[in-house]
Amino acid sequence: MAALFPYGMQHYLAGGILLGIGVSLVFVLTGLVTGMSTFFSSTWSYVSQLPFFQQDRFVSSRGWRLMLAIGLVLGGLIYLVTAGGGQPFQTAVSWWQLALGGFIAGFGARMSNGCTSGHGICGMASLQLPSILAVVTFLVTAMITANLVKALGGV
Amino acid sequence: MPASTLIAVLLGGVVFGFGLSLSTMVKPEVVLSFLRFQDFGLLLVLGGAVVVAALAYQIVPRILGKPMLAREFGRHPSEMNAQTIRGAALFGIGWGLCGVCPGPAIAGLGTGNWPLLIAIVGLFAGAYAHGWLASQSMKRT
Repeated sequence: MAALFPYGMQHYLAGGILLGIGVSLVFVLTGLVTGMSTFFSSTWSYVSQLPFFQQDRFVSSRGWRLMLAIGLVLGGLIYLVTAGGGQPFQTAVSWWQLALGGFIAGFGARMSNGCTSGHGICGMASLQLPSILAVVTFLVTAMITANLVKALGGV
Repeated sequence: MPASTLIAVLLGGVVFGFGLSLSTMVKPEVVLSFLRFQDFGLLLVLGGAVVVAALAYQIVPRILGKPMLAREFGRHPSEMNAQTIRGAALFGIGWGLCGVCPGPAIAGLGTGNWPLLIAIVGLFAGAYAHGWLASQSMKRT
């Protein structure tokens, strides 16, 4: 097992269970089933008049989606000052990988209507076949890409 | 949107953001080490999250007739079409390139991982490009 999990297992399991509790809290209290990627479209509706962004599904949900994102930042901050011991970690992944990877991931997640949280957690937890297929698809392309980048000398 | 709903979503978001940080998914290096078959922790994170959320989705509506702060439990059916799969393939290419996906990009900011701001700008730009293209086809129909 140690070979499969060189960094240990407990923090992964505990963190994953917390992700499930966060999703469940939102569901029990508000009935909302949601991931994170829609935030990147709904927030554009504040400033862009493009008809796609002005659809009711974005305009009517942008307020709570923004609130959800603020919650994520706060959760990260609370971790930093408690269990994280106040030691920030900064990624060494190069800026062009972050920029280009972010752009492609943002485009793809919105085209697919979901990402690792929407399809990966909420979609799979509600046993939706399209989400399960989406997860298998993005895991395969991500593994190919990440290994190619490494082979070509990237971080 | 009632204030109680916003506070509930904020609370859920805090737990979610803490979980992403504790599980180190806010470190692109850890995600990339999974994608390169060096560490399989991401499967534990995803598995733990899916099991807990699946239990909530299945059991809670049977116990409570409706959510505590709203009229009804929502559903968010994903659509079986080419866009869902093509988009997922693209998403994976971007994710594999940088090791950052939307949730960890946002939560990571709270942990002081500032370079993730670049990925967030990229995510917003990608979402804008998608919305621009989708708007063009909306105008045509």
